Amino acid sequence: MTSFAESKRMPGSEWLKDRPRLLEAVYRGSEAGLRLLYPVLRRVLPAGWTERVFVWSEEVSKGYLFNCQMCGQCILHSTGMTCPMNCPKNLRNGPCGGVRQNGNCEVIPDMPCVWVQAWRRDAQMERYGGEIQLLQRPVNRSLQNSSAWLNLLEGVDAQGPPGWSAIELE
Amino acid sequence: MANSDRTTAASDWESRSGESRLRRVLEAGQFAVTAELEAPDSADPEDVFANAAKLGGVCDGINATDGSGANCHMSSVACCALMAQAGYEPVLQVSCRDRNRIAIQGDLLGAAALGVRNVLCLTGDDVSAGDQPEARRVFDFDALQLLRTAGIMRDQGVLLSGRKLTTPPAYFLGAAANPFVPPQDLRHLRLAKKIEAGAQFIQTQYCFDVPVFEAFMRRARDMGLHGKVHLLVGVGPLRSERAAEFMRSRVPGVHIPDAVVERLAKTPRKSKREEGIRICVEIIEQVKQIEGVHGVHIMAYRQEETVPEIVERAGLMREKPKE
Ligand code: SF4
Repeated sequence: MTSFAESKRMPGSEWLKDRPRLLEAVYRGSEAGLRLLYPVLRRVLPAGWTERVFVWSEEVSKGYLFNCQMCGQCILHSTGMTCPMNCPKNLRNGPCGGVRQNGNCEVIPDMPCVWVQAWRRDAQMERYGGEIQLLQRPVNRSLQNSSAWLNLLEGVDAQGPPGWSAIELE
Repeated sequence: MANSDRTTAASDWESRSGESRLRRVLEAGQFAVTAELEAPDSADPEDVFANAAKLGGVCDGINATDGSGANCHMSSVACCALMAQAGYEPVLQVSCRDRNRIAIQGDLLGAAALGVRNVLCLTGDDVSAGDQPEARRVFDFDALQLLRTAGIMRDQGVLLSGRKLTTPPAYFLGAAANPFVPPQDLRHLRLAKKIEAGAQFIQTQYCFDVPVFEAFMRRARDMGLHGKVHLLVGVGPLRSERAAEFMRSRVPGVHIPDAVVERLAKTPRKSKREEGIRICVEIIEQVKQIEGVHGVHIMAYRQEETVPEIVERAGLMREKPKE
């Protein structure tokens, strides 16, 4: 029987995820590409369709590669190109203390701990390596199922909760 | 045996200043002892008092767990409030598993109002570890976001929303560390991040593997972390090799080397308990020598009555709290 954790892994995606430097190059390329594409789409597409295109393409591409959970506030490049929302505890700032001795997850015993992988991959990354030590603010749950790309381009929630950002700006 | 020094002499100090006594002990450079309260499955305050009484005389702080192992017991806020009322120095454990950010910030205010001065910010064991695995897991915050939020409430005097607090809580903030689970070679990075997020003290997971802990501390010292935080090493007596097996296979994050389990297995039945205490005392003596260790946190699950003996045999009894 295929386990839950295995069923979540798409063919080829593990191979790719273990090449974080390649993925970080793709990330930078696609960010630049989206910045160019966005105003064009806004102009040519009927209202509501830019969102559809973004959500759909993000779901398909990042879903395949990272098992993206569509949190709407992507930090992949700061987490070793490993989606932290795959951690059953939704941790955004590193592994919990329950990691098993074989490096697997406390909650899903046949899944490698997301954060053990993230830390290893972060160490291999050229441009964003080390960003894993940045303190990530609490997740804005109201952005669930929206497009992180669009949110980034439109500056949605760029500040985070007021109490938190007061500290970040200091 | 100079029991009750730490509680009675210090308790009127606390009512005078309203500051953390645990912090005061640590900042005075004394070797601190904290222990874990057995949170009762009961609605009777007397059960909290009785359990705290086993520890109070020899501890600088008593932790009240927040549904540890994802099992329901009396809430940590209530246990801490009762302990504060009785003159003990409670450490409030807050886990991210059961409550969202609104509930947690409310609890942080409430606990402070009830006299709690120390908070230990935890991720929390998953619901699957407990006896109600069908429960919803929350994890709205992670431990670091929780830690930073508590710091924001204290230092900026606001809630996460930015709304002002008329009286902010004055907390001594702590976090956990587990150097004993993968990736062991990177665990010091998590410690660094917790310190950056505002941790002033650290209580570690059970230490049964001193070499692994030493390596962790070496890396932490290389980063200069030992001067930035007060670190208390988690220790505890094992009742038998069976208890050890149970803990390392069923309790998330507990690592016990085979040598320790075998040592207990070889011990004759009637002296196993004594052997468990001896191992615990030995570990305390070893970690005490390590630079950057400022105390121990004793978790004597279901055998809290052994704590005074452990403290005494490890030579950690203190005559009077320093004024
Ligand atoms: S073991 Fe890793 S993946 Fe599993 S809950 Fe903990 S941090 Fe998340």
